[in-house]
Amino acid sequence: MALENSVIQQLLTDQFDTVVSDFQQIHDILTFEVDSSEIYKVMLFLRDDKTLRFNFLTTLCGMHFPDAAPERQFSVVYHLHNWVDNVRIRIKCYLPADNPTIETVSSLFLSANWQERETYDFFGIIFASHPQLKRILNMDEMVSFPMRKEFPLEDGGRTDKDDRFFGRTTDNC
Amino acid sequence: MSDSKIITDAPAPEGFSGEGFFATKLSDVVGMARANSLWPLPFATSCCGIEFMATMASHYDVARFGSERMSFSPRQADMLLVMGTIAKKMAPILRQVYEQMAEPRWVISVGACACSGGIFDTYSVLQGIDKIIPVDVYVPGCPPRPEQILDGIMRLQDLVRSESVRRRSSPEYTELLASYNIK
Amino acid sequence: MSDLLLPPELRYAGIIEKRKNEDGSELSILNLGPTHPATHGIFQNILLMDGERIVDGEATVGYIHRAFEKIAENRPFYQITPLTDRMNYCSSPINNMGWWMTLEKALNVEVPKRAQYLRVIVMELARISDHIICNSVLGVDTGALTGFLYVFQYREKIYEIYEEICGARLTTNMGRIGGFEREWSPLAFEKLNILLEEFPPIWREFENLLTRNRIFMDRTINVGPISAEKAISYGFTGPNLRAAGVDYDIRVMQPYSSYEDFDFEVPVGKSGDTYDRFCVRNEEVWQSLSIIKQALSKLPEGPYHADVPDYYLPPKDEVYHNMEALIYHFKIVMGEVPVPVTEVYHPVEGGNGELGFYLVTDGSRTPYRLHFRRPCFIYYQAFNEMVRGQMLSDAIATLSSLNVIAGELDA
Repeated sequence: MALENSVIQQLLTDQFDTVVSDFQQIHDILTFEVDSSEIYKVMLFLRDDKTLRFNFLTTLCGMHFPDAAPERQFSVVYHLHNWVDNVRIRIKCYLPADNPTIETVSSLFLSANWQERETYDFFGIIFASHPQLKRILNMDEMVSFPMRKEFPLEDGGRTDKDDRFFGRTTDNC
Repeated sequence: MSDSKIITDAPAPEGFSGEGFFATKLSDVVGMARANSLWPLPFATSCCGIEFMATMASHYDVARFGSERMSFSPRQADMLLVMGTIAKKMAPILRQVYEQMAEPRWVISVGACACSGGIFDTYSVLQGIDKIIPVDVYVPGCPPRPEQILDGIMRLQDLVRSESVRRRSSPEYTELLASYNIK
Repeated sequence: MSDLLLPPELRYAGIIEKRKNEDGSELSILNLGPTHPATHGIFQNILLMDGERIVDGEATVGYIHRAFEKIAENRPFYQITPLTDRMNYCSSPINNMGWWMTLEKALNVEVPKRAQYLRVIVMELARISDHIICNSVLGVDTGALTGFLYVFQYREKIYEIYEEICGARLTTNMGRIGGFEREWSPLAFEKLNILLEEFPPIWREFENLLTRNRIFMDRTINVGPISAEKAISYGFTGPNLRAAGVDYDIRVMQPYSSYEDFDFEVPVGKSGDTYDRFCVRNEEVWQSLSIIKQALSKLPEGPYHADVPDYYLPPKDEVYHNMEALIYHFKIVMGEVPVPVTEVYHPVEGGNGELGFYLVTDGSRTPYRLHFRRPCFIYYQAFNEMVRGQMLSDAIATLSSLNVIAGELDA
């Protein structure tokens, strides 16, 4: 017997009221937004509730929206999966640009540990009470956060690339 | 099976032979010995490493070129086969491994990523290992076929065979190493 | 807790100073460094050792970080396929097909049955080739080089089949949005049938060499175990999770590309140790061979690609003679195709587990954000817990049986 999206939405709004919002069905995954200060409680509820039973954190990633409002510039997107009823959901938490901090969920799902480190490494999003929040994929000495939109893809120090062959001019570079 | 005659002897170097003796240049003999027993250090980082595993396996057997023993210790290896992308985080380690190798040593850079950064023109990838160590043979490809890797090894063998015994102490070589800041 | 932010060498040096054993010996630090014959790929483990036993360890990864997610934000969709190849490069067709399926979900493209069956065949071939590497290299790491040499011959045969289909051996860049770029030649089917006949006895021989071999069993039973609850919490998927006893397989949970038409079993282990992982992968090769046989026997006739001129490049001779084909070709290459603003997550069962693609589009020809859910990255976190208390050579065997591919670890 399937767990309907309406049931999920109802249980969440009953428990958390306005903390969860903006429920949408995008392709086959129910997507909603959670206030970033309450994410731990919402995830604990999703994991432990007897009807919801979202036992698996599929993935966790960050996103950067430089054109959005200042308090919604960063977001962390969680994908959860319920293995018993085979339902997936997507949770989005928006964070402000000047202080992108969010509670860690690595105590609920151990797989979040490195994924949060990766998100910190790429975007600079701080995960409060994370046991070991340091860079993981980039070099430890790096100071900037490369996946932010303003960081360039290519290494600026190359001297052997001729921009004429790449069609690059001062306008479009 | 082809009908061509299978050659089992390597051609002898030029020299003067007589009853029970063969005289040739020292560098020819040394070159022949070195070229036919190059022990590689497979520095395999990514996809080219899997093509190297295919080269090592029985179909494309690299052991018939003298590389019977893969040495993972730099002190016991002759040639450094750098296969795969070298990220900037990995560059100091590659440099350290190269410095630990004993002379004479050669470097083959296998794959587009090792030669020039390949398709990864990014902030985290070293755009070619010749920025940090001197390279003797470049094998392009993404990944190169095992036949190409073997061709690279054969070109290196030609280099090794024709090298002078005094090359390692020559001023050109010292200048080359100095340009990379290698002591 | 800020102690954990120190580099592991310094942290362990502090522990060594404080702790002394009864017999006066000290702990030591061992660097299972990035370049190591047994680490197939580049990742580092700094281990705190008590003689031969591992007390604690910390993994450092990122030595081959090539910034795939950043590159993907700057490339049109069809140029991202070579990047997906290079993640799990032992089974690159699975990555390619997963990416195309993600795009098809986002663009609402329906793939014809024949193309779906052909995709299943090539994905199962890739799974076989990935498991061949993992199991034979596990043999090499425990000292048995023979198995590796025997079965690698058949990997060459699989490569020949890839060459017939797409022209490349390892990094295949196979397929298009909606199917394949060309119909498979009769030679490809012939080689596939020959492989299906010749490979099973060889794989049986490989199993006989190792599965009931006393030395191999002693080296791998109870080595690197993990319980099912811990594995689920750590995000394990794929053969590593199935060895722990949980039968989670995306091909069954959320079938894609007509997997529901095929009849196969999902092998499951008991204790999650190295021996179980080895046996699960062995059995999965048999199941993959059976799936390929079923797909070949039931292969329907029909087009090998979907009829979506908006996204699928027209054949070159039509481009030179037909106005519409020319226009579509121009639009596709210059990127003026209709791309909806949406986000989609599509998982496939890769060689190592759930390989997911989270794509966020913004209407332009490059993605706004593409995140790869890489199974190796997620389950490698558990390595230190799996080897705590074991001996060093057990750690090597565990590492080898986890099938950590560096390209997928760092992306």
